[in-house]
Amino acid sequence: MIEIIQDTVTVADTVHKSESGSAWILHHVMDSHKINFEPFGSFNLPHLSLFGIDISITKDIFFSWIVAALLIVLMIIVAKNYKKSLIPKGIANLFEIIIIFVRDEIVKPTIGKGYEPYMPLHLSLFFFITLAGLFGLLPYSTTVTGNIAVTAALAGISFFAIQIGGIKSNGFLGYFKGLVPSGMPALLLIIIIPLEILGLFTKPFALCMRLFANMIAGHVVVLSLIGLIFLLKTVWFAVSPISVGFAIFIYLLELLVIIIQAYIFTILTSLFIGMAVHQEH
Amino acid sequence: MDLAWLGAGIGAGIVLIGAGLGIGKLAASAMEAMGRQPEAAGTIRTNMIIAAALIEGLGFFGLVICILLAIKA
Repeated sequence: MIEIIQDTVTVADTVHKSESGSAWILHHVMDSHKINFEPFGSFNLPHLSLFGIDISITKDIFFSWIVAALLIVLMIIVAKNYKKSLIPKGIANLFEIIIIFVRDEIVKPTIGKGYEPYMPLHLSLFFFITLAGLFGLLPYSTTVTGNIAVTAALAGISFFAIQIGGIKSNGFLGYFKGLVPSGMPALLLIIIIPLEILGLFTKPFALCMRLFANMIAGHVVVLSLIGLIFLLKTVWFAVSPISVGFAIFIYLLELLVIIIQAYIFTILTSLFIGMAVHQEH
Repeated sequence: MDLAWLGAGIGAGIVLIGAGLGIGKLAASAMEAMGRQPEAAGTIRTNMIIAAALIEGLGFFGLVICILLAIKA
């Protein structure tokens, strides 16, 4: 994993030095060590290193802190709203709708009995992914979940939640024994056991790649459409209206995709936890 | 070499054919089911979106491989 991050840094360096069209697009969707407020200037973030591992604060880390801080502040306001009465007033109404949606449409149907311990995890995943994606639509900021390290971390959290949920409900050996359906001939078992163990890892990996690619794809398409104006230098007055029109359409589509992908990530996590906890199905 | 870019382009096209066919078939049967039984339209719509996101996820795997090819070239 460190090599992949190292490779990204070297690619980012070559991208900064080269001048082609793809370099411009990659420069805008990749992580960087400075926050650009063009044309007002830029802000260099510190390079830190711990035992030779690069833990410098990059743009994505900085914006993930902003998203987390905003989420903490909003949730403290909502929680305080419930202290006086069970009926929410003001902004807690909006969050109550979303929280009830996550509970009744996502967690309860898939996990069933004993779903309460898993509610905080799913609420955190849903709100963080939605808010991080929405932040990416603002100018001068970046999509936190558009970094594969961040989506890999979220998928890792889901992976550990699935395993811990399954082991807690079925016991350590019982969980792994329950992975294979009962009553199988021994010949099929030789194929099924590696397949099931591989399946434990491919499902969170798919979650990671799906979220990452969905977040990046929208940005790349919008940047390509806008870059088309600069590519066709001599006829920019003809290309610009069409290009900007399509870019606005894709931008609105991105809004829809962000919410759908947050919903998909949360419901797939809860589906896998439900399958691990209630292995009889 | 430029062959990597050619591979990335052709690969992305084939991936998109697969994803488009899959989601098109899904949407066709979902529309038919909603027409047969309008009361179940909400449930069908929810399940259609989940299945579409899963198929699209596969499409994006292929797309990411094509982007990796195009970057390394």
